Amino acid sequence: MKELWMLFCTFAKVGVMTFGGGMAMIPILQREVVEERHWATEEELADYYAISQCTPGIIAVNTATFIGQKRRGIAGGIAATLGVVFPSLVIISVLAGLITGFSHLPAVQNAFAGIRVCVCVLIFNATRKLLKKSVIDGCTAVIFLLVLLGGIFLKLSPVWFVLAAAVIGIMLKDRKARAE
Amino acid sequence: MLYLRLYWEFFQTGLFAVGGGMATLPFLKQIGESTGWYTYGDLMNILAVSESTPGPIGINMATYVGFTVGGLPGAVIATLGEITPSILVILIIARLLKSFRDNRYVDSAFYGLRPASTGLIGAACASVFLEVLLGGKVVGSGWLNRIQWDGGTDWRVWLLAAVLLVLTNFVKPAKKLHPIVWIAASAAVGIACHLGGA
Repeated sequence: MKELWMLFCTFAKVGVMTFGGGMAMIPILQREVVEERHWATEEELADYYAISQCTPGIIAVNTATFIGQKRRGIAGGIAATLGVVFPSLVIISVLAGLITGFSHLPAVQNAFAGIRVCVCVLIFNATRKLLKKSVIDGCTAVIFLLVLLGGIFLKLSPVWFVLAAAVIGIMLKDRKARAE
Repeated sequence: MLYLRLYWEFFQTGLFAVGGGMATLPFLKQIGESTGWYTYGDLMNILAVSESTPGPIGINMATYVGFTVGGLPGAVIATLGEITPSILVILIIARLLKSFRDNRYVDSAFYGLRPASTGLIGAACASVFLEVLLGGKVVGSGWLNRIQWDGGTDWRVWLLAAVLLVLTNFVKPAKKLHPIVWIAASAAVGIACHLGGA
């Protein structure tokens, strides 16, 4: 029980200190999990992080589940995961309540009009970065373009694109393997 | 009933969004469209706040959307919905760690999944551009979406976007700054220039 509580608290700390995306989490995990608590080695952490990137879900959550389950099995995985999301729940709920209360003010409306422009640019930059990592040859470029156009012009849940892409990925690699 | 639906929508998001927080954006957009719980404009505000507060972006967005839909219980339920598939999948994979990483099919699936995930985020990006910069909107009718133009563009918005784009991509010391700096600066510009027209 004590260790479950420790897992929860440590990952709550990681959650508070993760500012932005999953990448921002690595140095904090190294300090808290590897150096302070000795719950995993540097190499294990790198492994967990790599797998967390290529499994569904939020990378930070996946990594927390991994480390928690390594320490204390299923209960440990759940404790660490609840820990990493706990600060978000508190902070965002308070903020969301405040913003809803002030959203009628002209200053707040103007501020958000400016912020939306910024969000535009931030999403564009995120796409650009991901593009470098995911589009590595002709086939992946075609998949990217098809999903891009389909995502804009077809009224279809993203789920279907994801499922289709996984199947196509397997088929393409299979054909390549056979050709070689 | 509302909470059940909320849980289910976020469970799907957690299960199918591959590649971290930003990958959940296309799913959140689709949830807003199919349920009418919030608009795309609301979602952009949510994304901005999520980037500027502590915590992983994906979780912040889930919590915020949940709060918008159903208050504090909604926030908790949406977040739990999004992390449930992660916990299940990771607990299974942790047991067969080595064979998962070396599995040929997993590797091949991700060969297709990565560009698709980027494509979905790109599509979300295109919709934001259309709405914020061009004054257009994607509206659905049946299976196909079409673009509807319903307003002029504001040159100040274009200028702000261009300046941000250059600063965040090409100017050496500015490039490294945390997004919160740009979000705060844009908020200040918005207030100073009355960008919202209010």
